[in-house]
Amino acid sequence: MIFNPFAAIGRASMAAFSEIGRLAIFTGRVLLACLTPPIYLREFFSQCMKVGFFSLPVVGMTAVFIGASLALNIYVGTQFGAEQIVPTISVIGITRELGPVLAALMLAGRVSAGVAAEIGAMKVTEQIDALHTLSAKPERYLYAPRVLAATLTMPILVLIADIVGLMGAWMICVAALDFSGPTFLRNVWQENIYENVSVGLIKAAVFGMIIAIMGCYQGSNSKGGAGGVGRAATLAVVGAAVLILASNYVMTSMFADT
Amino acid sequence: MTDNSKTLLELRNIYKSFGPKHVLQGFDLSVAPGQSVVIIGGSGTGKSVSIKCALGLLKPDSGEIYFDGEKQDSAKAVARIRERTGMLFQGGALFDSLKVWENVSFTLTQNQKMSRKDARDAAIETLKKVRLGASVADQRPAELSGGMQKRVALARAIISKPDLIFFDEPTTGLDPITADAVNDLIREQVQALGAAAVTITHDMASVRKIADDVAMLYDGKIIWRGPVDRLDDSGNEYIDQFVHGRADGPIQPSM
Repeated sequence: MIFNPFAAIGRASMAAFSEIGRLAIFTGRVLLACLTPPIYLREFFSQCMKVGFFSLPVVGMTAVFIGASLALNIYVGTQFGAEQIVPTISVIGITRELGPVLAALMLAGRVSAGVAAEIGAMKVTEQIDALHTLSAKPERYLYAPRVLAATLTMPILVLIADIVGLMGAWMICVAALDFSGPTFLRNVWQENIYENVSVGLIKAAVFGMIIAIMGCYQGSNSKGGAGGVGRAATLAVVGAAVLILASNYVMTSMFADT
Repeated sequence: MTDNSKTLLELRNIYKSFGPKHVLQGFDLSVAPGQSVVIIGGSGTGKSVSIKCALGLLKPDSGEIYFDGEKQDSAKAVARIRERTGMLFQGGALFDSLKVWENVSFTLTQNQKMSRKDARDAAIETLKKVRLGASVADQRPAELSGGMQKRVALARAIISKPDLIFFDEPTTGLDPITADAVNDLIREQVQALGAAAVTITHDMASVRKIADDVAMLYDGKIIWRGPVDRLDDSGNEYIDQFVHGRADGPIQPSM
């Protein structure tokens, strides 16, 4: 049989479009469940703790090192006026880009994989079927609380990442580069700080939603035992990371004038 | 008490395939109120698929399902059958993240909006019916033995006093003594509720203890059905081979 490249491309394209369609339908159903009662508040608060509170250490650690290295890199590339330029560029870089994107990528690894593995394990052990038989809809009981929790706690995490990241930049500037601490803080505050932080927080909410939806989607489609659950976790992380970076570009373009 | 003049559940001419694998090919089953029907058959013959179709967990390719005279062809009809049925899954399917009492009373807190205190009391009361003490109520399912998990799953299946309970391999993975205790509990609780039961199993001890009627699933359809006391003189070579666990006969071992 002769290999037909067009048929192979066609099959791959059809598979990709089918997957996008299934993900879109899943997202629509979950968002509808997020926006209409009943909302399972106990589950929601429990997920807020898991997604938000327990992610604080990893987000904080990431932010402090990124802030410090960003400031150092800007300093290395600056010949004149470093004390003015380093804080100005640091605050834009951290609040608009690195804070939300890196926090989201860390959470994609931590939360998306965890959600996919948890829901995947529930799927292969028939717990999702059990939910159906008990007249509970998984999109309401399982998925909506996770998506709501991730969407609402991610901006808080990113706000903390912004503060910690700028602290990292401040520390390196004051301790290693001999900058004046108060001058650094004044320069940070002057540069459209509210607009920059707001853009980052909007991005964070979108990233949070992507992280939870990818985890739920891949988990709910897992099959075939432990191997299937592992595959679902991997696909969730990869899918979430790609969508975070793609949507970041779209949102950066949208907010470029802000 | 069995009421054979009425039918509570009826599956008519059900076909279900997964890709090239034709699992159910003209599957028929009827269950009267209060009747306990056990479906036997080899591994991979579609026993679980048949009850998942009945519960709306799988959509048949063709065929009709009726519950209490209502055709199961809409989401609302499926929701109604789920409100009036219970299900004990093969592995228990208890929710890992919830305590035992939260598992047992899940339908009371989520669907009937019962307060958590009342639901906990109801769960402990139901746990007593399956010979589990109040001390297990605050444990997680993973802390329990397989037999205890099955009993918790049974408690969850009966707490809403269903009209029909499905049991998917209720004694799989249990030692013979625990399995016998679970069989006794199933029989006792089903009779106490006056519910009908559909059980799928390979375990002939379960069959003899639980069943009023036995149905043999082979090649996607029911090839024999009769009262449990006819099992040993059914005159059906498939039944004979299965009941006596012989490798030789018309049924080829699935290896």
